[in-house]
Amino acid sequence: MSSPKHEIKFTKLFINGEFVDSLSGNTFETIDPATEQVLATVAEGRKEDVDLAVKAAREAFDTGPWPRLSGEARRKILLKFADLIDENADELATLEVIDGGKLFGPVRYFEVPISSETFRYFAGAADKIRGATLKMSSNIQAYTLREPIGVVGHIIPWNGPAYMFATKVAPALAAGCTMVVKPAEQTPLTVLFFAHLSKLAGVPDGVINVVNGFGNTAGAAVSSHMDIDAVTFTGSTEVGRAVMHAAASSNLKPVSLELGGKSPFIVFDDADIDKAAELAILGNLTNKGEMCVAGSRVFVQEGVHDVFVKKLKVMVKGWATGDPFDLATRHGPQNNKQQYEKVLSCIERGKKEGATLVTGGKPFGTKGYYIEPTLFTNVTDDMSIAKDEIFGPVISVLKFKTVDEVIKRANATKYGLASGVMTKNIDTANTVSRSIRAGAVWVNCFIALDRDAPHGGYKMSGFGREQGLEALEHYLQVKTVATPIYDSPWL
Amino acid sequence: MAEINNNGSSKISVKTPKIKFTKLFINGEFVDSVSGRTFETIDPRTEEVIANIAEGDKEDVDLAVNAARFAFDHGPWPRFSGSERGKIMMKFVDLVLENLEELAALDAIDAGKVFEHGKARDVPFAASILRYYAGAADKIHGKTMKMANQLQGYTLYEPIGVVGHIIPWNFPISMFFFKASPAMAAGCTMVIKPAEQSPLSALFCAHLAKLAGVPDGVINVVTGFGTTAGAAISSHMDIDCVSFTGSTEVGRLVMQAAATSNLKSVSLELGGKSPLIIFDDVDVDSIVNLALLGSFANKGEFCVCSSRIFVQEGIYEEFITKFAKGAKEITVGDPFDPKTRQGPQVDKQQYEKVLSYIEHGKRQGATLLTGGKPCGKKGYYIEPTIFTNVADDMLIATDEIFGPVISVFKFKTIEEAIVRANSTRYGLAAGIATNDLNIANTVSRSLRAGIVWINCYLVFDPDAPYGGYKGSGFGREFGMEGLYKYLQVKSVITPIHNSPWL
Repeated sequence: MSSPKHEIKFTKLFINGEFVDSLSGNTFETIDPATEQVLATVAEGRKEDVDLAVKAAREAFDTGPWPRLSGEARRKILLKFADLIDENADELATLEVIDGGKLFGPVRYFEVPISSETFRYFAGAADKIRGATLKMSSNIQAYTLREPIGVVGHIIPWNGPAYMFATKVAPALAAGCTMVVKPAEQTPLTVLFFAHLSKLAGVPDGVINVVNGFGNTAGAAVSSHMDIDAVTFTGSTEVGRAVMHAAASSNLKPVSLELGGKSPFIVFDDADIDKAAELAILGNLTNKGEMCVAGSRVFVQEGVHDVFVKKLKVMVKGWATGDPFDLATRHGPQNNKQQYEKVLSCIERGKKEGATLVTGGKPFGTKGYYIEPTLFTNVTDDMSIAKDEIFGPVISVLKFKTVDEVIKRANATKYGLASGVMTKNIDTANTVSRSIRAGAVWVNCFIALDRDAPHGGYKMSGFGREQGLEALEHYLQVKTVATPIYDSPWL
Repeated sequence: MAEINNNGSSKISVKTPKIKFTKLFINGEFVDSVSGRTFETIDPRTEEVIANIAEGDKEDVDLAVNAARFAFDHGPWPRFSGSERGKIMMKFVDLVLENLEELAALDAIDAGKVFEHGKARDVPFAASILRYYAGAADKIHGKTMKMANQLQGYTLYEPIGVVGHIIPWNFPISMFFFKASPAMAAGCTMVIKPAEQSPLSALFCAHLAKLAGVPDGVINVVTGFGTTAGAAISSHMDIDCVSFTGSTEVGRLVMQAAATSNLKSVSLELGGKSPLIIFDDVDVDSIVNLALLGSFANKGEFCVCSSRIFVQEGIYEEFITKFAKGAKEITVGDPFDPKTRQGPQVDKQQYEKVLSYIEHGKRQGATLLTGGKPCGKKGYYIEPTIFTNVADDMLIATDEIFGPVISVFKFKTIEEAIVRANSTRYGLAAGIATNDLNIANTVSRSLRAGIVWINCYLVFDPDAPYGGYKGSGFGREFGMEGLYKYLQVKSVITPIHNSPWL
């Protein structure tokens, strides 16, 4: 089940429009999680490389063309970038598969097209970034300007590099910012290819810089950099904490954090049970469960509980592993060894805590970080598998009686990223969607992400929104300009 | 040398108000701190103790947060419609205006603020902020989305929950309302920690909140110190967001504590070293008045103080002569004396800090044009002080002094002025004085600051967002923007079938 040997074209840092070695000459290996083989040796950036990247980004912002282009001109380049993504979709998808254990079908036909659509969405927003004229209470004319904030640091995770790159870079570019992107060390390859495409698209040198490396060196250098104006981070709560702390200790740069989740997926008695089962599977097993929005607590109302679990069991068992390049394959390996071990230990704890293991629960295969899709039932709220984010192919089913009870239990988590509600009843849908403390409520659907739908956390799932025009806010600053007016015929 | 009008005598304090509220305000009641400890609040006119105030610590913050959490999760406040909240806020406005003199007097004796200015500006402006947000409460819109698939989506702007406000001592009443008003309009509940230097007016406002009908637990006030009560707020696991106005150093601690605790969102409004750039096409006399206002209002104790004045060489000599003359004419004295234009610095620590910066300026070789000395036998009074021949890298040019000490610089060209004005880690405000349209537009675009005043200064308005660039912080107050930090965006999405359009 090994992937075809693929030529990795870009393995160096991308600074000021050039692929360069790290200053130290250090490199690190990136592994294919399906085979545990080394895919490539990639340049390892550290603080001094981040400094060079920031210098290039600062020059590009303070004196270069990018912020000085009109929104319309930036739009043209962003549209070209989108086209190049589409033209190179096979390559991008292949890199995602071999670097991250993802499946070719979903990446090639969903994630990569969504990435190019994200570029197109923000391309269309670039010339519509408005401020407001103000309604002053005295003889003053005033307006707000929404200005690009400057040099931005993006720290992106390993579960969907292409999607994450587009989600963060497209709005930052549209706003007129320049940036340093630090991909996760587990998945350095896709972003380097994007960097190559950015140059072809006509993004000026220094606007996008990519420094691969490790979190506690390159990542920390970004969060604590005195000349980065804002940082956006998607990843674990623990590292998000370190990013925010470093931002505070350095130059008090604003941060946006998109962290973990333990999202409730609530199935009421009147739900379309087949659809609910299908969505519970998609919401937990897509991308081998490595999704921050996984509906990892499936609350099922007692009237339909047993029927639902029966359907789930069949579907979980049928969730097929296979060649990642085969479009029929559903399941792939976990992204890296550390994650693989973590998921297995969560499963062990679930068993020890007394949950019923209905199917799965074991690693499989002789090579690669494969874990069987796993279903636990009779899970109670106090179990670790109900509280902690597992980030793997593990579904936990909990039973509930009433609406009020499930709202309380759904909200009893430090997280608040997403939620799903399966019901046909309008009042249930409205009450529950108002009451769940989460950034997204998906009613009779799940993982309904869209370019125009803001996405982000409540509580310890973070703050800030991505997608939608709201995403531009991280990359803009509001300046108020006021001046007296004389003899105005109105106020 | 400026003289104190009344030699620090307290004859004028016939208007000194009786201190009615000295305890913590938690869940609608004035209560002692759990420990029973109190601290003294000092009158900077006389250096004497005004009153003993309950000193809140972590356990008091816990009680306040419990009350605010209950009020949010189960109480009426977030469940009121926006217009119902607006009605109660309007009643609050009426009460503030009815008690205008008492409020202004409290800030005068607690923070050395000029009584007439309090009555004519500070308190009415605070009331106008409350009124603005009262009117905004029923206009908090989300959006319906333009989805790329057969889905109906909309955003809801929900109250974020329990908010912590840490407010400074330079505009106690104003800051109370700048922060409480949008949070109230959004439907949040809150714990307010006033500065230990100026606790009195916040407690009085809490009393007025109750009279206005704000339900118990919605507004809680815990007076106390930064390292205890303030830190307890920034690091509280059950506060959903914290809003801080104050120094950069403490802002850093607040954000670190927020990160280390529950990753609550933070908004910071920090210091400034704001430039006022005066081009040579202006009418010097009117600009001098503007500069005097921008530099010496509120004894220099405000974050947008125009502490670096850049004057184009053509009018430099005329400007500094008139500016110095104007500064000398500022009457420093008891805040209740109607002739006074500048009261005492807020406390001993600030007073000594400002004087030490003046010494630095002299030692580093700047020219002391006027002022530079304390005045009066009692109280923390300092003369309006102007330095010229200041090098851009002197401490008095780089550090925020937060007192009546101004540096004036000469410049030649626009480009030079822009580069030098932007060469600061701060980015709060900036002023431009010119009659040339192109200069005004170019310079206002080029200055990295959150508010740019052209031919005016200190223009604040409820509809004009205000906040920092760079090291002056992030987040905006005033305007509809001011609501955002107290709201969270929730996307609600559901499939649609057979829609005639997409």
